[in-house]
Amino acid sequence: MNQVPSLIRVFAYLSLLTVGGGMAAFPELKVLTVEVHHWLTFPQLIHLYSVGQMAPGPNMMMIVSIGEWVAGPLGAIVVLIAFFGPTALLAFLIGRLWKKLEHWPWRTSIQKGLAPVSIGLLLAGCFSMARGAVTGLETATIAVATLLILLQYKINPALLVAAGAIIGAFTFVPK
Amino acid sequence: MSDASIKPALQTTSAAPVAVGTASVLDIFIEFLIIGATSFGGGVVAYLRNGLVTKREWVDDKEFVEMLSISQTLPGLNATNMAILVGDKLKGALGSIAAIIGVCLPGAVLMYIAGMLYQEHGDRPLVTAALKGVAAAAVGLILATAIQLGKKSLTHNYDLIFIALTVIGVNRLHQSVPRVLIAVGILAILWYYPRKANKQEGATQ
Repeated sequence: MNQVPSLIRVFAYLSLLTVGGGMAAFPELKVLTVEVHHWLTFPQLIHLYSVGQMAPGPNMMMIVSIGEWVAGPLGAIVVLIAFFGPTALLAFLIGRLWKKLEHWPWRTSIQKGLAPVSIGLLLAGCFSMARGAVTGLETATIAVATLLILLQYKINPALLVAAGAIIGAFTFVPK
Repeated sequence: MSDASIKPALQTTSAAPVAVGTASVLDIFIEFLIIGATSFGGGVVAYLRNGLVTKREWVDDKEFVEMLSISQTLPGLNATNMAILVGDKLKGALGSIAAIIGVCLPGAVLMYIAGMLYQEHGDRPLVTAALKGVAAAAVGLILATAIQLGKKSLTHNYDLIFIALTVIGVNRLHQSVPRVLIAVGILAILWYYPRKANKQEGATQ
C-alpha cells in the first residue's frame, strides 16, 4: 500500500504544531505514527527521538528515519519537505510582514502570550516521552542526573546523552 | 614585529567576513551547512550566532535577537526559521532555500543512516539497553532545556499558570496539541493585550 500521501499529511500537520520547538509536536507525533498508522512502536519512537537529540542541526531529524522506514529514500525526502516546507513558507512570509508590524501593539502581546504556552508544550512533550522512557528507578536516576548536571555545569548535552548510552549498556543488558 | 606576525594570522583564521551585499547563494549554503554539521547537542542558536554574527557579520546582534524572537513565536524549529529569515535578508527566496537545505542536510543524512542501522540492529539486547539509557538522558536534557528557556523568556509569575494549563490540557485531559495551543494561546495573548500602548495612544491624542 502506498503510504506516501499519509506521510505528507501527517508530517505537514505536525509541522504546524512545532511552536517553540519540535518537542511540542511529540504527543501528536506519537498518536499519529504509533497509534493511527502503526509505522513504529512507542519504544522505537522514543529511541529514534533520543538518538536524534545527539545529531547536529535542527533536532527533529529523526523524522527522516521514520520516512525511510515507511517508504524508503522517497519517504525520507517527502517527510523532510512536508515537515519543513509549511513552516519555512510561513517564516518567509511572516518574516517580511513582521517588520511592518513593528508598531502594531498586538505584536508584543502575541510574543509574550506564546512564550509560556510554548514552554508548556515543551514540558507536555517531555512528560509524554518520559512516560515511555522513565520506567524505573535506574532510568529516573539517569534522567535526574542529566538534568542536574546540565543546570549546574556548562557541558555539551550530546556528551551526556552518549554517556546515557554507556550507562544503559551496562545497566539494562539482560543477564 | 610580533604584532605584525600575529595580525595576518588572525585574519586568515577567521574567515574573511563577506559584506552582506556580496554574500552569494553558495556562501549562504556553505555557512549553514557548517552550522548544520557542527551543532552537536542542540543549542543550535549559539552556533548560529557564532557563524552569522561573529564570523560572517551577516547580521548584527540586535537583528539576530529580533529574528530569533520571530523564530520562537512562529511554528517551526528555531534553526530552520532562522535559516529562512537570514537567507531571505541576504539573497531573498533563493537565499532562504540555500540556508534551510544547508542547515538540514547533515543531520538528515546522519539520521537516515542511523534509522537504517537501528532497523537492522535495534533489537539486539545491547543496543536496546544502550538506547534505554539514551532515552532517559534525553528526558533530562529536554527538562533542562525547558527550565533554561523558562528562566530566560518568562516575565511574570502568572506565566506559570499558562504553562500549567498547557501541560494539564495535553497530559491530563488528553486534548490534542492544536486544541490546547489555540485555547491557551488565545487566553495568554488576551491576558497580555496591549493596554500600555493603548494608554500612551490615548494620552497623545
